[in-house]
Amino acid sequence: MKKGVMRPGHVQIRVLDMKEALEHYTDLMGLIETDRDDQGRVYLKAWTEVDKFSVVLRETDQPGCDFMGFKVLDENTLVSLTQDLKGFGLEVEEIPAEELKGCGRRVRFTVASGHAFELYADKEYTGKWGVTEVNPEAWPRDLSGMKAVRFDHALFYGPNLPEVLDVFTNVLGFHLAEQVMDPDGNRIAQFLTASMKEHDIAFIHSDQPGQLHHTSYYLETWEDVLRAADLISMTDTSIDIGPTRHGLTHGKTIYFFDPSGNRCEVFCGGDYTYPDHKPVTWTADELGKAIFYHDRQLNERFLTVLT
Amino acid sequence: MPAYRVFNRTTGDSFTCDGDQSVLKAMEAVGKKCVPVGCRGGGCGFCKIRVVEGDFECGKMSKAHVPPEALAQGEVLACRIYPQADLTIECVPQPVDAVVEQATRAKQTTTKAMR
Repeated sequence: MKKGVMRPGHVQIRVLDMKEALEHYTDLMGLIETDRDDQGRVYLKAWTEVDKFSVVLRETDQPGCDFMGFKVLDENTLVSLTQDLKGFGLEVEEIPAEELKGCGRRVRFTVASGHAFELYADKEYTGKWGVTEVNPEAWPRDLSGMKAVRFDHALFYGPNLPEVLDVFTNVLGFHLAEQVMDPDGNRIAQFLTASMKEHDIAFIHSDQPGQLHHTSYYLETWEDVLRAADLISMTDTSIDIGPTRHGLTHGKTIYFFDPSGNRCEVFCGGDYTYPDHKPVTWTADELGKAIFYHDRQLNERFLTVLT
Repeated sequence: MPAYRVFNRTTGDSFTCDGDQSVLKAMEAVGKKCVPVGCRGGGCGFCKIRVVEGDFECGKMSKAHVPPEALAQGEVLACRIYPQADLTIECVPQPVDAVVEQATRAKQTTTKAMR
C-alpha cells in the first residue's frame, strides 16, 4: 500500500459461452451475480467483498483475460499514480465512469508483458453480501458451491518481467514477496503484493505476451479446498492439479478450468509478508517442488496451458 | 446413443467414443494419451487434432487456436468434437515453450534436508 494501491479490484474474463460460464462461477464457485450491462457483460462478486463486483464475464470467441484492475485509496491517489505511470513512459487510457456499471473512472495501461491493468478509486459500495454491517453473523446462509470468499489474485504469463517488476515496485509501490531464479540469475517468476498477502499479482516468464494462467479465489480452510475438489468431481469440471500444497507461497490449493478453458484456483493459507521481508527465493532446478510441494515433479499441463 | 470408433493414424491408437461424448473425453476414459490433454474446454489449443475422415459435431472453440482457415482444413480441438460417424484423426504438432522444455529436462528436486 506504499503508494496507495489497496487491493485487486476486478478482473474481466472472456468466456466462450456465458450460460455455461455463469454456472461455473456462480453455482460451482459461489460468486454472486450483481448486474449485467447492455454489452452483455455479467458482473459477479464474492460474499466478503464490499464493492459491487470483482469479476466481469464477457462472452466472445476467444477465452482469456481482458484486464485486471486495482482499487486505490482515493481520487488524489489515482491522479498522482496516473502522473507517475506517464512519467515512467507508459501510455495511459482514461476510461470514463460507468463504462463498467457502478465503477468510477479507470486509468488503463499495458505493461511490457502484454497485460492490461487499471487503477480506479470509486466503485459502488454494496457492503458484504448476505451479512449486515452491524452485528454481522459469521457467514451468509445461501452461498452456493465452493463459497469463494474473495477474488484474490491472478497469475499472468508473458515476456519482459524485469520491466514489469520496475513498474509495479517503483511506480505502483508493490513489494516483491517471492521469486524464482534461474541459474543465470534471471527472474523467471515474480510474486508481487500491495498488502500482507503473499501475492496480489504474479508473473511467470513466457515468450508469448498477454496470457492468463489463472484467476484465484480464497477459501478459509483445507477442508474447504477438499470440498471444492469434491464439487469439481460432482460437476465433472475439468481438473488441472490438486488438492495439494505449493512450495511458492505454501498455499494449499486446487486448480481447475472453467468451461471455456480459463484456469481457476481456489486456495487457503500460505505465507504472509511485510515490506521489510526479503523476497523468498526458489531456484529453477527446484521448480517441481516450488509448484507442487508434495509431488516435487513438474506437470506439463500446469506450465503450458494458458488462455 | 450410438458409439463410434476413433482411430488416431499418427499413433495407431483406437478407441470408442459415444456420439454425445467428446473425442478427448473418450480417450481419457480408456486411459490413452495419444492426444495431449489441456483445459478440456476449447480454450487452450493443447488437444488440437486434424480430422481426416468422418463427420462430427463441434462445440465452441477459441478462435485463437482454431481460426476459420484451420477449421476448414479439419483442424479442431479434440475436447470439442462429438463424432457422428467413425473418425480417423491425426495429431497436430504443438509449438514447444523453451522455458518449460528446459525446466522439465532439469533434475528432480535435490533438497534432502530431512536426512
